[in-house]
Amino acid sequence: MSAVSLIQAVRDRFPAAVTASHSFRGDATVIVARAALLEVMRSLKEDAVFQMNVLMDLTAVDFSAFGKKPSRAFFSSSGVAVRPSSGIPTLDPWPGPPADARFAVVYHFFSLPLKHRLRVEVLLQEDDPEVDSVTPLWAGADWLEREVWDMFGIRFRGHPNLKRILMYDEFVGHPLRKDYPVDKRQPLIGPVN
Amino acid sequence: MNTREMLLNVGPAHPAMHGIIRIVTTLDGERIVDIDVEIGYLHRGFEKMAETVDYNGVMPYTDRLNYVSPLINNMGYCMAVEKLLGMSVPDRCHYIRVIMSEISRISDHLTCVGASAMELGAFTVFLYMIKAREYLWDLVEMVTGARLTVTYCRVGGVKGDLPAGFDEACANAFKETRLVIKESDTLLTRNRIFVDRMSGTGKISAEDAISHGITGPFLRGCGVAYDVRKDCPYAVYDRLEFDVPVGTRGDNLDRYMVRMEEMEQSMRIVEQALREIPDGPVLASPDTAKPMPAAEMVDRAKVGNIRSIADSVAVTDPTLDGASKPLHLHIAGDEKRVFLPPKEDTYGNIEGLMQHFKLVMYGHGIQPPAGEVYFPVEGANGELGFYIVSDGSSSAYRVRVRPPCFAIMSALPKLLIGDMIADLTPTFGSVNMIGGELDR
Repeated sequence: MSAVSLIQAVRDRFPAAVTASHSFRGDATVIVARAALLEVMRSLKEDAVFQMNVLMDLTAVDFSAFGKKPSRAFFSSSGVAVRPSSGIPTLDPWPGPPADARFAVVYHFFSLPLKHRLRVEVLLQEDDPEVDSVTPLWAGADWLEREVWDMFGIRFRGHPNLKRILMYDEFVGHPLRKDYPVDKRQPLIGPVN
Repeated sequence: MNTREMLLNVGPAHPAMHGIIRIVTTLDGERIVDIDVEIGYLHRGFEKMAETVDYNGVMPYTDRLNYVSPLINNMGYCMAVEKLLGMSVPDRCHYIRVIMSEISRISDHLTCVGASAMELGAFTVFLYMIKAREYLWDLVEMVTGARLTVTYCRVGGVKGDLPAGFDEACANAFKETRLVIKESDTLLTRNRIFVDRMSGTGKISAEDAISHGITGPFLRGCGVAYDVRKDCPYAVYDRLEFDVPVGTRGDNLDRYMVRMEEMEQSMRIVEQALREIPDGPVLASPDTAKPMPAAEMVDRAKVGNIRSIADSVAVTDPTLDGASKPLHLHIAGDEKRVFLPPKEDTYGNIEGLMQHFKLVMYGHGIQPPAGEVYFPVEGANGELGFYIVSDGSSSAYRVRVRPPCFAIMSALPKLLIGDMIADLTPTFGSVNMIGGELDR
């Protein structure tokens, strides 16, 4: 199924739950309301139209610093203009980062029988970073959700064993958040503060 | 009799661990009743680092993701950025990338099978396979100038063309590799010890494997013929003929068989690709163009004598050999905002100099439009995906790697519980755990 018709099929099936969709560079993407996530996921896995039986990847993006990168170098302040590239094709433009959410949890699906890919995103607020766990549907989500918890501090409701996976238990903070200070000193490392 | 369970740590530094990982096993006698896997000992911060350097600057980090087949990681990252940019590269570049990544795949499989065999006592096979890997790494060295950290791909192309005489070198290396595979096959495939320890251990059903998101030889060992090269073809794989070997039982022996057959298929792909690789329109041989030291070139350019250096090849550093102008033009995308000019142009004219500076100066670089893309390639272990979010600046906003061995490691409890402690060794060997990819 092509990206456009796949998006249309998901939208038709869940007119209320899918809040937005786009197909930038041919990647079918739907943004799903948090409350309806499990229902949508179950249907994606089980419906004959979708059959998304492989959860390829589960990750998150912290959009809090999007477009706010500090001027990077003295070159940019020395009068040498940093020109944006022109001539890049703008078919199916990307709608941009979410306006009122900090995190996006991103699921990449692949269907082995039908050979199509779909990206599902759930947007989360800064003060309530919690989403339903999909471990009952895909066993592989177990570690991936633990990693997202470890790196971004997003909790997964109903996860059987939500603890850190890459960092050690005493680690403070979540290193892939954009506001995590990279020179922060952690317990158990180096001389005591 | 009073019996109790015993807790045994395998790793983080253990002779049978390919890298540092800790497996906490709970044993009832010799039977594994529970298992807890701890990763994270090698956390290198790839994803964080990739946010801080420009797009081409990530390339050396991708080498270190998988140190046995870095060219596949190079290629995957490059193609993800190219997708983000919406650009295409010439066919010749695709063919070169395919050839190099298949050579990497063979060397990866050789390492994996050889190391697993060694852990089961077949040290000869390990030595043979490392010998064969040497021949392949010589090829890699011939093309890229390095053996391990190759950094060969660039966004929009590759560093340099295949050198003269690559075909013969490749044919020789494959002859030796085939010999080694045949010898190892004789030594292992009907070896009583090897077969007894591999068959029936580390079993996983196709449904469980799919549910865990396992891909690659591991999934094919369960009988599911999923291969990114066939199912979502990229580069020029849809023009090349090859088979996807599958197993039936999903145990360690099947994965061994699948890997052995895949090496043969990879060689078939390389041989085909070398036959079909299109010549660039000119591709002047570096031997016929006149070489000139870079310093002399700069001097002549300073006095405006551009015409005298127009057809010359810059002789810079031995490690830059291969990046000269005739070798460069037809393997890089035709977009100046992406690929670095040949050194002759950098030294010889102001446009080349500006193009070079605009790409390498801090704060400039390649600036793709804002957006998000996911691009999968078939790594040696399974689907290797790069998910890149760009905010339109010269470095990626977020880079995420989907490493194939992460999914397999998450299924390790399923593979091991119920088996004997001695079965941990062949099972973990067939996982082909790559620390750099696992921890990122």
